[in-house]
Amino acid sequence: MTNATTADVRLTQLCTFWLDGLFFGVDVAQVQEVLRYQEMTTVPRAPRAVRGLINLRGQIVTAVDLRCRLGLPDRSPEQWPMNVIVRGRGEVQSLLVDDIGDVIDTTDYPLEPAPANLPESVREALLGVMSLPDAILLVLDSDRAVDCATTPESVGGTP
Amino acid sequence: MNDDAEIVSEFLVESHENLDQLDRDLVELEQHPGSRELLSSVFRTIHTIKGTSGFLAFNRLEELTHAGENLLSRLRDGELELTEALTGVLLEMVDAVRALLALIEQSGSDAGHGVDIDPVVARLRTALEDPGEPPLVEERAPASVSKPTADGFETASPVPHEASSTNGADASARLLDLPLEPSRLTPERRGTSVRVDIDLLDSLVQQVGELVLTRNQILQKSDGVEDVELLRAAQRLDLVASELQESVMKTRMQPIGQVWAKMPRIVRDLAHQLGREVDLQMDGHETELDRSLLEALKGPLTHLVRNAMDHGIERPDERVAQGKPAKGVLSLRAFHESGQVVIEISDDGAGIDPARIGDVAVQRGLVSRDQLSRMDAREVIALIFQPGFSTASEVTNVSGRGVGMDVVRTNIERIGGTVDMSSQSGRGTTCRVRIPLTLAIIPALVVEEGGDRYAIPQANLVELVRLEGEELRRSVEVLAGAPVLRLRGHLLPLVSLAEVLGEDRADTEALTVVVVASDDLRFGLCVAQVHDTQEIVVKPIGRQLKGMATYAGATIMGDGRVSLILDVGGIAQTAAVESVVQQAVDTRRASGDETALLVLEVSGGRRAALPLHEVARLEEFSDDIVERTGSVEVVQYRDGILPLVRLAEAIGLPAPERTEDASLSVVVHEDDGRMVGIVIDRVLDVVETELALSEVGRRQGVLGSAVVQDRVTDLVDLDAVVRLAGAAV
Repeated sequence: MTNATTADVRLTQLCTFWLDGLFFGVDVAQVQEVLRYQEMTTVPRAPRAVRGLINLRGQIVTAVDLRCRLGLPDRSPEQWPMNVIVRGRGEVQSLLVDDIGDVIDTTDYPLEPAPANLPESVREALLGVMSLPDAILLVLDSDRAVDCATTPESVGGTP
Repeated sequence: MNDDAEIVSEFLVESHENLDQLDRDLVELEQHPGSRELLSSVFRTIHTIKGTSGFLAFNRLEELTHAGENLLSRLRDGELELTEALTGVLLEMVDAVRALLALIEQSGSDAGHGVDIDPVVARLRTALEDPGEPPLVEERAPASVSKPTADGFETASPVPHEASSTNGADASARLLDLPLEPSRLTPERRGTSVRVDIDLLDSLVQQVGELVLTRNQILQKSDGVEDVELLRAAQRLDLVASELQESVMKTRMQPIGQVWAKMPRIVRDLAHQLGREVDLQMDGHETELDRSLLEALKGPLTHLVRNAMDHGIERPDERVAQGKPAKGVLSLRAFHESGQVVIEISDDGAGIDPARIGDVAVQRGLVSRDQLSRMDAREVIALIFQPGFSTASEVTNVSGRGVGMDVVRTNIERIGGTVDMSSQSGRGTTCRVRIPLTLAIIPALVVEEGGDRYAIPQANLVELVRLEGEELRRSVEVLAGAPVLRLRGHLLPLVSLAEVLGEDRADTEALTVVVVASDDLRFGLCVAQVHDTQEIVVKPIGRQLKGMATYAGATIMGDGRVSLILDVGGIAQTAAVESVVQQAVDTRRASGDETALLVLEVSGGRRAALPLHEVARLEEFSDDIVERTGSVEVVQYRDGILPLVRLAEAIGLPAPERTEDASLSVVVHEDDGRMVGIVIDRVLDVVETELALSEVGRRQGVLGSAVVQDRVTDLVDLDAVVRLAGAAV
């Protein structure tokens, strides 16, 4: 499995998804599968970004709402999130996202540092960005994205 | 592999098992020197080894065991008395036999230079010829076999005779020989057992876990179904799954008795070496835990035992001087608690003096004086687990404990456990090691709160209590904001699960209380609903939630939904139950509109009440110190004179019959420095209640009546009663 936490890693294939109109990608090697909305059990008093626990074929998976984690506004209640199941640091976790895109080949595009004016809450969870012809792809560090201990309690300054 | 090799292999496995038994027998024999039975068993074992080794032409082994057998036969026939020194020689022989067996396992022959048996054989013969002068075991022992006792102690893995026994990868552990140390034995030589990869077992356990969950689902679905065929199949599935689960768990689980079995020998050797007398008590042999955990525990446990003997239990003369029995008690206990295995090692020795630990810690720069002053005794004792505490030998002399304790802690934490220590100076020390069972399947009670189900491990469960209506009002009280339940004469702190989970507590007409216990702490957990008990598979939860004390893990219910497993100990911590217990004992102060009343019995069964804040003290006076001045009864009290008023008479009730037990219960009331003693029959209770005073019963000395604890109770007009006493004086 590719270790995506180091910057010099070669990201050739990214699984993409949308979140509040932003285009995100995560290394395909870390993605186990993508699932439609799953029923989950809420965990009282857990960090806000932890939306609940999912039964994934007998394995218990923590679902982290990426919108909340990245300080983006909450999803409208009638919009069901999708699950991007990622593996990392010996655990399986689910990232709740708005919509799933394609797996794209990014061999030709260099990973650039995230623009400094991105909100800190988004920037700190990124490996960098890729400037694709028709979009800017935010490349997510999935290990850091599922860490919720550091998440600020409030949603932050985003409108 | 030819026939010979197979025979050798069988011989090795069998002998290793026998030797473990031999160790135990010999140590036990020392306690009961007269036991024919034990002696015969020891003799038989050695005899068997001798016979087979002769047959297989292991000449040196034969020579050694032959010498041992001679000595044993004289002992068995009662011609010789078993002394400590003789036991020492025999144990040496066992070690030498082990060393030879290890040699055979490696090289296929007992001829080699690694093991020198001659000194042992010589001592065995000396002992035989001249039992009056026992051989000097202590001085000469280390010279012989692979140094079983003398060294290996000051290192981090102080397992005394491990050096000789691990070589052959302990025959009794043959099934799950861990890949820690590649054994030189080929699998074929292991006889009837098979070596299984730990990973394979892990996945088996996991799959069986899945099967159990699926079975639960099927059972739930088939409940109430008419189809007899389906029902029968479901029943069979239930049975088979349960049995399969049990067996698969068994393959990984092993009783702690395996570790315990080595302890008598270790303790005996250490006691000899350190000049201690120790009575080793072991409990919970059957407590099972995962094989790999067991393996990882051996080192730390041995270390703790050694520490307890070296620094805990004093020398016999010191103990006698302190009025303790010369023989110290070292007790090892293992048991399951809250889905964890708890191992307790306690001694009745000198204990740990926090002050000295503190001094050393400051000296060594681990904490500042200032930090130290803010720590409680427990935290100070925990300092011995600090890495810097252990290295230098002088620390051992000063502080009493701490050689390599940081290593012990590191090793235990590596397998997800915790270790803590409590000690009473002069009384002893208890060390608690807790190891979680992440793979366990445990019975649990399923409860519901806020529409979600939660599991409470059966191990924490004490009882279920349901209170309704009148009973609820009567037995639940709020003390300084903390609800408590009167349960059979005890006060039980109540914790609302809803509040623990951050929701509002719903006011209901009924209360369901799950009485739980963790460690020494008991409390009642109020839940919305209780479902049934079921077997659940404890699954780990993600790292985002690991820090939450409230949850021990999660599990999957019959319908496939995830439920959280509650951590009772963690809830007690979060809800600060401990302080509630304290308050329940000490303070009974009124809050809000409620008044605390002291309820009394007067005049043989009639009830009266006083506001609690008017009561200064409760006293008991002997009848014969009551004196009279004029018509008033008085007693001398606190350098003054305390006038007494008989409450029954003061409130117009018939005087109770004077009893012969000749003592008076007196409520002392103090007002502007004047004291009055109010004589009553006895104090019934203290209750907090909203006073609804009724005019009924109003008369001299009585303000009126109220219903207190469902009984009509006179509320005493204290002013009037005091005036009565004053007028009389």
